[in-house]
Amino acid sequence: MSGLLRICTAGSVDDGKSTLIGRLLHDSQSVYEDQVHSVKAASKNRGVGVIDFSLFTDGLKAEREQGITIDVAYRYFATARRKFILADTPGHEQYTRNMATGASTADVAILLVDAQQGVKVQSRRHARIASLLGIKDFVLAVNKMDLVDFDREIFEGITDEFEEILAGANFHAIPMSALGGDNVITKSDRTPWFNGSSLLDFLETVQVTRDLTALPFRFPVQLVMRPDREFRGYAGQIASGSVRIGDRLTTWPSGRSAHVKRIVTYDGELDLAYAPMSVTLVLDDEIDISRGDTLTAEPPHVGTQFEAEVVWMDERPLDPARVYLLKHTTRTVTAEVSHALLMNQIATVTVSTARPLVFDKYETNRITGSFILVDPATQFTAGAGMITNPVRDDAPVAAVAPVSAAERLALMARRAGSDAEAVEAVRKALEELLT
Amino acid sequence: MLDPAVAVMPRLDHLRALEAESIHILRELVAEFERPVMLYSIGKDSSVMLRLAQKAFFPGPIPFPLLHVDTTYKFREMIEFRDEMATAVGARLIVHTNEEAISDGTQPFAVGTQRCCGLLKTKALLDALQAGNFDAAIGGARRDEERSRAKERVFSVRDANGQWDPKRQRPELWNLLNAKLQPGESIRVFPLSNWTEIDVWQYIHVEKIPIVPLYYAKDREVIVRGNSLIVQEQPFVVTMPGEQPQVLKCRMRSLGCSPCTGAIRSEADTVPKIIEELISTRQSERQLRIIDHDQDASMEMKKREGYF
Repeated sequence: MSGLLRICTAGSVDDGKSTLIGRLLHDSQSVYEDQVHSVKAASKNRGVGVIDFSLFTDGLKAEREQGITIDVAYRYFATARRKFILADTPGHEQYTRNMATGASTADVAILLVDAQQGVKVQSRRHARIASLLGIKDFVLAVNKMDLVDFDREIFEGITDEFEEILAGANFHAIPMSALGGDNVITKSDRTPWFNGSSLLDFLETVQVTRDLTALPFRFPVQLVMRPDREFRGYAGQIASGSVRIGDRLTTWPSGRSAHVKRIVTYDGELDLAYAPMSVTLVLDDEIDISRGDTLTAEPPHVGTQFEAEVVWMDERPLDPARVYLLKHTTRTVTAEVSHALLMNQIATVTVSTARPLVFDKYETNRITGSFILVDPATQFTAGAGMITNPVRDDAPVAAVAPVSAAERLALMARRAGSDAEAVEAVRKALEELLT
Repeated sequence: MLDPAVAVMPRLDHLRALEAESIHILRELVAEFERPVMLYSIGKDSSVMLRLAQKAFFPGPIPFPLLHVDTTYKFREMIEFRDEMATAVGARLIVHTNEEAISDGTQPFAVGTQRCCGLLKTKALLDALQAGNFDAAIGGARRDEERSRAKERVFSVRDANGQWDPKRQRPELWNLLNAKLQPGESIRVFPLSNWTEIDVWQYIHVEKIPIVPLYYAKDREVIVRGNSLIVQEQPFVVTMPGEQPQVLKCRMRSLGCSPCTGAIRSEADTVPKIIEELISTRQSERQLRIIDHDQDASMEMKKREGYF
């Protein structure tokens, strides 16, 4: 069992998410006494009982004033059995972007539902985003059970609905009252009909199926290390798989190969290294490798076009006529996207990059299957993408996204390396079109 | 470090996973920025960062200078340790002080803690970053330290005045760090974001990382003020009526300026004993940092103004 479990939480406004997390931290004794004192004092001012547990997590002044959570907050707690990193994501405005952020690194998602309200449109959406970001293990926390007298039928009704929404995923449903602490740390005697484990018990013991070391070897090069004339090594973090001295590796996109001569670390040389270790590889042949290239043992997908699910996170809509910066592993390229998207929209689009990427499908590899889109006008991280399918490079552009002749001409002009080339490309295309 | 021979199904323990993640962050920073600098505060987190930097760029040297913003009120032992460490790791050390404020008599009792921090820490830091023309500053802040820090990004953008706008933060997904900046903006980089205080101590223990001796309990002359023990190093820290300097076995849990950082009673004179003490204690590490509690949302305000 891995010693570190990453969790994200999702719920609509007022589902009691911050309260649940505050309770989890407080009852697992991850909150210090002086923090409890300052929260008690603040709770008094807000007139919300002895301890307002949400105050442990609402970090920003504006959040405490408005009683809502604005931004993703990271929380850390540990029990004798495991260490946890918890991304607490807000359930109101901009929740799509925050949820995607929290879920991108999580192993398990906790979905909160208010027992009084039942499954809302937003609950479905949260489940969908978490699934899209690759989460396969869920906790369905049916909260505020105290307000429905711990009614078993209400709980089972909500559970049944989620069974459909999360078809194919592993999920564990828990009837809960975060405010009262029922089934959070220990089993509650107010739910004698519930046979499952408490939330903490479940988190401590859940076996996450993700195993990076079992995947094919992928090593995106971060830096070329040349401290002196003798040494030339490639520094990076192993994205997946493992590597041994003597392994034959190929560098992509160039496709040239060499053998691993040394695996160098500050703590001594290794015979074997595996994900997610950060190491420096020395090869037996001087092949040209630079930052942004990827070393692999088996061939990956290499190409300039692929289909992806893109989550748009910027107020400025995605504009298919514009060029964006795309960062994928350690490589940044310019890219164009086939469809327009508004903030918080998620859609399948086709992405075309100016230079080839070395990638896998997101469902098999989260590191080599993900990318971000940066708006070059604001430098804001505007989009997040998950690659679903490679598109053959020789497929005509028009077959991918139906565009008008004028748009195609504009596209050609933008892809040209210089003004002169652009003029030439457009002239040729126009001639073909008109003759 | 790792013995894969014994592992049938190799898997990194949580400390090595955190280490690998931090090394990845430091390498991204060096690949993407031209003039990075590491904020070296001499504390335990800085000590861990230095070791991570040595590991990230091995067999090469640490490819950025260290910057210490010296308020001149740090503990004497900190300054001695700082100079020894810089020599030992072979890094260039830049020390910056707001000399003007010092000669104007700035100290916490004269101008108040908020103004003192503003001048000697925040302004000094921003001036030093500008003087060195640094485009990226690496800091040892952790998200578990304080609630506004829990919302901090690993690559965190600052505006032209070095200030933080928590509502304008960029989403940060997977391990993809956006290093693009607009003219005038700079970046703060936090490689220890996901470490907790216990992780830092466990790492210091397994890696045998040197730390300032102030962290270890020993008999020290202190004055007892509230639940805090103050070491009198500065002439302006005077004994109040009814206070009597006394010798107590104590240690520092967090290092800062001597007038504003209290020691705790402790018997922990080794790293394992410190870890044991931490596990049984119920007080957060910044509790005796007076500057965190001088107003509501203190840390958030300081961060907005440009402090780490």
